[in-house]
Amino acid sequence: MSEPAMTETTSDVQARRRALMDKGLARRRTADRRFRWLGFAAVAFSALMLAFLLINMSSAGIAGFQRSEVRFDVPLAGAMQIDAKRLAQPDPMGGLELAGLEKVVEGAAKTALGPEADDLVGQGAWREVATAIVEDPSLLGGTYSASLPASDDLAAAQRGEGEPAMQQLAKRLVSEGKLVRTFDKGFLSRSDATSPQSVGIWGALKGSILTMFITLILAFPVGVLSALYLEEYAPKNRWTEWIEISINNLAAVPSIIFGLLGLAVFLALFPHYRSAPLIGGMTLALMTMPVIVISGRNAIKAVPPSIRDAALAIGASKVQVVFNHVLPLALPGILTGTIIGMARALGETAPLLMIGMRAFVASPPSGFTAPSSVLPVQIFLWSDEIDRGFVERTSAAIVVLLVFLLLMNGLAIYLRNRFEKRW
Amino acid sequence: MSPSILLLLAFGLSLFGWLAARSRAWAFRKSAPGVRLHSLPNFHGWYVALWIGVPALLFALLWNAISPVLITSQVMADPAASLLPGFGFERETMLAEARAVAEGRAFGVFNEEAQGLIAPYREAITFYDSIGLVVTILVAFAGGAFAFLRLKPDFTARTRVERAVMGLLLIASLVAILTTIGIIVSLVFETVRFFGMVSPLDFLFGTHWSPDPMSSGTPDGADYGAIPLFWGTIYIGAIIAMIVAIPLGLMSAIFLTQYASNGVRKVLKPLLEILAGVPTVVYGYFAALTVAPMVRDAAQAIGISSASTESAVAAGLVMGVMIIPFVSSMADDSIAAVPQAMRDGSLAMGATTSETIRKVLIPAALPGIVAGVMLAVSRAIGETMIVVMAAGASANLTANPFESMTTVTFQIVAMLTGEGSFDHPATLSAFALGMVLFLVTLTLNFIALRVVKRYREAYE
Repeated sequence: MSEPAMTETTSDVQARRRALMDKGLARRRTADRRFRWLGFAAVAFSALMLAFLLINMSSAGIAGFQRSEVRFDVPLAGAMQIDAKRLAQPDPMGGLELAGLEKVVEGAAKTALGPEADDLVGQGAWREVATAIVEDPSLLGGTYSASLPASDDLAAAQRGEGEPAMQQLAKRLVSEGKLVRTFDKGFLSRSDATSPQSVGIWGALKGSILTMFITLILAFPVGVLSALYLEEYAPKNRWTEWIEISINNLAAVPSIIFGLLGLAVFLALFPHYRSAPLIGGMTLALMTMPVIVISGRNAIKAVPPSIRDAALAIGASKVQVVFNHVLPLALPGILTGTIIGMARALGETAPLLMIGMRAFVASPPSGFTAPSSVLPVQIFLWSDEIDRGFVERTSAAIVVLLVFLLLMNGLAIYLRNRFEKRW
Repeated sequence: MSPSILLLLAFGLSLFGWLAARSRAWAFRKSAPGVRLHSLPNFHGWYVALWIGVPALLFALLWNAISPVLITSQVMADPAASLLPGFGFERETMLAEARAVAEGRAFGVFNEEAQGLIAPYREAITFYDSIGLVVTILVAFAGGAFAFLRLKPDFTARTRVERAVMGLLLIASLVAILTTIGIIVSLVFETVRFFGMVSPLDFLFGTHWSPDPMSSGTPDGADYGAIPLFWGTIYIGAIIAMIVAIPLGLMSAIFLTQYASNGVRKVLKPLLEILAGVPTVVYGYFAALTVAPMVRDAAQAIGISSASTESAVAAGLVMGVMIIPFVSSMADDSIAAVPQAMRDGSLAMGATTSETIRKVLIPAALPGIVAGVMLAVSRAIGETMIVVMAAGASANLTANPFESMTTVTFQIVAMLTGEGSFDHPATLSAFALGMVLFLVTLTLNFIALRVVKRYREAYE
């Protein structure tokens, strides 16, 4: 009598226990799934932000690569008193200005577009004609079919903004084929200007390239050599400890502090080179060097000791071991670190603002000591402009900068995968 | 003389010396077949090349520094210089103009008075350039001849070259120390000048910030109270940005290391890294143009009428997104440093993955995570472009995230890119702010690195 009751109770308890446990387990599994889902959501949020940023920039940027242009013929033959010899001298643009090219272009615009032409062609558009003449002086003897930037008002009217009268006019010119919105080849070959219709990024891009060159030739040798010293030779003493501490700290110092250093030291030493790529490159080199040292040390550390021992064993000196064996093997790793450091320097803005690279520079820098802008600073300067045309131009410049950065990072990843060695 | 020509000259002569010395060393071997060279012929080459290149470069550097002074003094001795105005800005401009024309960098001069100086300038430049060129070549040849004459079969060229290489390595590694010293000296020097005009107590504890770069006379210490800047920096960088970055970064790291399959990780991890590679000026533009208006509209929709387009929350949000990959890679590292046995043990006891992560991995990795967060904070408060473009200029001491706030880095940029003179306390205050920023980030980094180091050792 008691036995079946007993088993029943036991199985009852067991069933209740199992049910309880199942419930608990289900709850815990749900919690696990929820946690996992949260983790995925976090990553997805970051990815979405990135996608949002990129799509946002590139959709506006596409418009930035276009501009409104008015098309008409400029009869140049016999219009001005200037000969090819003057064009070969310094400042040929100034010579054309003195010869009255601006008036010639204005006159041609009036004949082609009508009396309102003054407000239709962008200010300084004649400079594009001048540039074309400087490049090809034989144009002076014929007629130049110009595609010049429309004025800001006309460009806005073509987009459907601004005064109704202007919009009417824009419609008429479009139907006559005299006003077109087209891919702006010149955006990649011109420099900064006051009107969004006639700006370009070549000046800033060239400045960036010159600055990066200085950064590279200063930071790379110094970084590699000091990584070699610290990893291969340095005795363990207070001096090396100081060197190590300062390198690690420099890698974490805010970039604007390097700008303050450049301002207080480099500009005090070379006051005439304000906003020159030379000073910018020197400032960025100090910032990039610790990155190269740290990645270089890791790469050197990864070279197995057996290689050093083998070279030493057949009579190589320590310097020969390091420069003929360790350095070549570590080089891919060092290069990866260098490219990442250079990519960071390329996008850096704050230190360059400090040393005066925010000046308005309307022509590409002619050398390392000429005043110049760089791409990120150009973006910053344009972002302050309220004209709507500049918003598109800024996004277009950002697209160019991002393309460069993606290329550099892609190269770094490629190098890492290509040369990664397991010893 | 343009530096590049002297540079090319020095390198050309060095190359020549290298080739000559190397063939000389080979000749030793050929002329007496039994003789053994102490060093390989290449080292003989390097020895001579160093003796040619280093003195020539040193002289060229020196000459570049002193020749402009000599040129100017010769031009000053010319009668045309007596027509110049007295000392001052105008005089400098004219000299610079004449010089630019003489060097062929410009076509003409603006000021007629400078016209007469062009010819003397041209003369002086040619004169001193040729002196520089001749002496550089002489120095190079003297060094080369000295080294070349010492070459013998048993000459210890390798030892000497290697000694020079060691010197080079040591100099390269000292650059880091020099940079650190340079930073500290330039900050301290200007900060001391600033504190000579404004009391440090006013600066560190005052609550009103409105320096006027155009004012003259003694500065009013009451205008230089930096507390609102410190508060804005902490509020944006250490509070709002971290509210975004810590949970998202931590959860990303957990998902990528503990849950994601290999394929998923391979796609998502580089995506996060790209987020870290976007330049800050792009984030700033994104914050100012896209996020800030969205934030303002959202705030107005929930009834906050004071919301402006320049808000602490827009800058902080975007900065937080920028910091996510940084936090996640630090958390990733410290979670990976927890021994696998602890994870396996917890799973074997029947804990689910999430319980293992929350109750075992995170507590074990906590010091590393905290250190990572400290590094992230230090990076956020030193970040400049996002706050310059999105946070605003007004120094508000408020807790309302929708109001405009300013930060230390914003004010450094504002003070140093304005029109104020370099001696003005408003300009100098930027260096004092830089000093504070430097010390704070240094302390944070130092503590974080210490924690990471100690914690790493605990499991190894």
